[in-house]
Amino acid sequence: MSGHPSTYEPKTGFTKWLDSRLPIVRLAYDSFVDFPTPKNLNYWWTFGGILAVCLMTQILTGVVLAMHYTPTVDGAFASVERIMRDVPYGWLIRYIHANGASMFFLAVYIHMVRGLYYGSYKAPREVLWILGCVIFLLMMGTAFLGYVLPWGQMSYHGANVITGLIGAVPVVGDSIKAWLMGGPSIGNQTIQRFFSLHYLLPFMIAGVVILHIWALHVPGNNNPTGVEARKDKEGLKKDTVPFHPYYTIKDAFAIVVFLIIFAAFVFYAPNVLGHADNYIEANPLVTPAHIVPEWYLLPFYAILRAITFNIGPIDAKLLGVIAMFGSIAILFVLPWLDTSKVRSMRYRPIARQFFFGFVVAGLLLGWCGASNPDDPIIPMGEDQLVVTYTDANGLQATQTYEEYEPAAEFRDSRIEAGQEATIAIKKAPAFRFVHLAQILTLYYFAYFLVILPLLGLREKPKDEPASIHKAVLGNKDRAAPAPAE
Amino acid sequence: MSDAQNTTHEAIDEDRRDFIHIATAATAVAGAGALAYVFVDQMNAASDTKAASSLEVDVSKVPLGGEIRVLIGGKPFFIRHRTQAEISAAESVDVSTLPDPQTDDERLRPLPDGEYNRAILVTSGSCTHLGCVPVGPAQGNTGDFGGWYCPCHGSHYDTSGRIRRGPAPSNLPVPDYRYVSPTVINISL
Amino acid sequence: MNFLRFVSAGLGAIAVVASANAAGGALHAHGPEEGWAFEGPLGQLDMESVQRGYQVYREVCASCHSMRMLSYRNLGEPGGPFYDPEYPNANDNPLVKSFAAMDEILDTEPNDVGDYDYRPARTSDTFKAPYPNANAARAANGGALPPDLSVITKARHGGASYIYSLMTGYPSEEAISTVEIEAEVEAPAEGEEAAAPAGPTTETLIDPSRIEALSHGDHHYEGTLVQPVGQYYNPYMAGDTTAQWRGDPRHAPPGGFLAMPPQLTDGRVSYLDGTEATVEQMAKDVANFLQWAGEPKQSQRKSTGLAALIYLVILAVLLWFSFHRIWRKVDH
Repeated sequence: MSGHPSTYEPKTGFTKWLDSRLPIVRLAYDSFVDFPTPKNLNYWWTFGGILAVCLMTQILTGVVLAMHYTPTVDGAFASVERIMRDVPYGWLIRYIHANGASMFFLAVYIHMVRGLYYGSYKAPREVLWILGCVIFLLMMGTAFLGYVLPWGQMSYHGANVITGLIGAVPVVGDSIKAWLMGGPSIGNQTIQRFFSLHYLLPFMIAGVVILHIWALHVPGNNNPTGVEARKDKEGLKKDTVPFHPYYTIKDAFAIVVFLIIFAAFVFYAPNVLGHADNYIEANPLVTPAHIVPEWYLLPFYAILRAITFNIGPIDAKLLGVIAMFGSIAILFVLPWLDTSKVRSMRYRPIARQFFFGFVVAGLLLGWCGASNPDDPIIPMGEDQLVVTYTDANGLQATQTYEEYEPAAEFRDSRIEAGQEATIAIKKAPAFRFVHLAQILTLYYFAYFLVILPLLGLREKPKDEPASIHKAVLGNKDRAAPAPAE
Repeated sequence: MSDAQNTTHEAIDEDRRDFIHIATAATAVAGAGALAYVFVDQMNAASDTKAASSLEVDVSKVPLGGEIRVLIGGKPFFIRHRTQAEISAAESVDVSTLPDPQTDDERLRPLPDGEYNRAILVTSGSCTHLGCVPVGPAQGNTGDFGGWYCPCHGSHYDTSGRIRRGPAPSNLPVPDYRYVSPTVINISL
Repeated sequence: MNFLRFVSAGLGAIAVVASANAAGGALHAHGPEEGWAFEGPLGQLDMESVQRGYQVYREVCASCHSMRMLSYRNLGEPGGPFYDPEYPNANDNPLVKSFAAMDEILDTEPNDVGDYDYRPARTSDTFKAPYPNANAARAANGGALPPDLSVITKARHGGASYIYSLMTGYPSEEAISTVEIEAEVEAPAEGEEAAAPAGPTTETLIDPSRIEALSHGDHHYEGTLVQPVGQYYNPYMAGDTTAQWRGDPRHAPPGGFLAMPPQLTDGRVSYLDGTEATVEQMAKDVANFLQWAGEPKQSQRKSTGLAALIYLVILAVLLWFSFHRIWRKVDH
């Protein structure tokens, strides 16, 4: 896992004995103590460590919650409230777990955006990136399964919507859906298997994380310049520092700062990231007015809803599902879509602009996902009133009004004449959330499929520094303080 | 700056550095300890479990010479209505010869008026050896001393629930109970 | 890239997303003028108000609304309204025991012959439920199920403010009028029996322009709301009034209809502590009580949080010094 010549020398008799049988201390030493790490990593690189803490926190609190939770339709909601009320420190452990999911995704998004900006997915780190995408996918699955367990209204109806997506797959969709739910609907059997899988998946994530770190330690860390650390002894000494204590202490500092934000949510706003409807016990007969997933899935939800049109034989529902899964699948092939030879966007002035556009598009997609797609963002004109009535020949006719009074007068006059007449609203044309979501979805895919492939061939990058060491000295020469880098 | 000064500075510098690292590590360990307490404490009995650990029993319904068995918080308890002969047997024993010396009175609780109702004996229902539930009058086997007999490893208890023979180290414990009325007792864990 | 700027932008985006979830169609809930004592990181519940709120719950709400997550013992536990340091075990607290004993509940355990008896509640029992099940509750309330109030402040946008607004937000008398409906005699169609005159002969009309809460802001609601039978208009209730609105459908008033008639009238309860029982006072007290009931551990949460945050900040500062010590000889 260490990927560099071992420098570990066992000193005591026991460690020598152990090293010749199971070199686990050597592995840990080479991976986390002596591992040569570029000395110019900025705070964006601390999110790897932060994510490790997030995963451990979720597993630890999750195991504890499983001691008190009841995975049944009748018992789930009450058992969660019992954890909040009667189990010693149960409220703390549950709030850490619930907000921990949000913190995990916050950190993973920052981690991914950092990879995108500094080109950390490019050769020779493609496998590292793909393993990260696998982790992300597993995280989304785990989060979805976990959200069902409290058995609130959003749990139930959210699960209904997501399993409904699978039903959109032609031919086999309905069978897969029934197989997944263990019956025609989400019931006791579903909550039990979801609980079991929710317990299983985090350990699979932990397994893939080990592979992820292994794949990191073969080529070594990327760094903000995107220039590889030199491999010769002299260059390595100038470009890198040992992981411990240099990066253990820096990661520890960043982790504690992150925990401050985490704690602020847990102790002072434990429910703001959730949805009030999930404190209403699940009722299959009543769907909440606005079904929205947790915030971290909103951008993908917006992509799903942005597809409102059919293409050829594929209907909008299936197309939406394809677009949503495609938006994640595309990440897996990103290393081969970006044609640029330069890793870091620091030296790619044009790509950098498109990159910031991409980040903004992601945030705005989240906004669209949280909003009603039909709500106007920019109204164009006023809503009008349409009176529908039967005319003298018994045919349906309409008249449009700006003001209410004449419309009402006309309606009443028709009714007095013995005809039927009703007033309805004719919505003014507007730029709506669904339109914004469509534009942003287009940009999302264009960024990967058009911008990155073409730009890499046409863009003229700025000069990269000769080495990390030179880049660091260059910072000093400019004398301008480079904050947080 | 002379070399000597430089060395002194370095030394002070090293000291301060060590101190900061020690302080940081100590603070981190203290926090980890506090967190560990939370994760240990959550396995203690929850407050609803604790609140459910008491029960009121109407002892007037226990048949003479028989017993009823109740569960409180999942633990078995015996409530026995002793005959006059059983009471006499319990009282006439020379306490000093017992493995776990206790008089019969010490194993009873007073009525609201301060008197004793010697006919009613309340004890725990787990053998003090390894926690099996002894058999008693309902099963037709009261052991060699007329009380209870534990079939697991052969402990004999007398009509006051005291250990008389066998591997059990002590008497059947008397739970925390009190008479809320002359016929109703409240047993709590 | 500036690290802090980026993180704060991300958090800002989350805040936008979170606030975008606010319920549509209802007036924004507000608390009493003086605000809530429990608000803010250091705010704690006004326990006297929570105690009065329990009285309001028992005397007013409890006849229809259950609170099945609450036990009598919760009232006397640390952080509860009747906690007494003399009785660290709430099950011994005589006040709590007397509250429990006032209610007769159906035993969950069968008696010697297998029947279920009524008995006085014990501290370990959950609050007495007004109806044995949801069907009974619906049947007694014209088909509407009174929601369980255990976590109502967490289950509604606005929390305690929503409760306060809803309880004080019903239209006042002068906004409501009752009018006779003109009997529309329709000629029976061929082959049909003449229908017996069915349905109500009066209808209840509400004039939104006379509702105080709706007069703020730019909106003017010209028209009348027709209140369905057994339903009551409230501008803070989530819903849609368009179907009941006689007026410009583009400007239907906010709010919705609920099956619960206005409950609080001045003097509805006689407070044991002598506080004057105005509608606002009772609404505030019961909202405070429900705020406590929704999360009985909230005061513990806040005090633990303060210690945790102070600790984390100290640790962060120490780590920052350690970090700079270690890196001081490395250019980076």
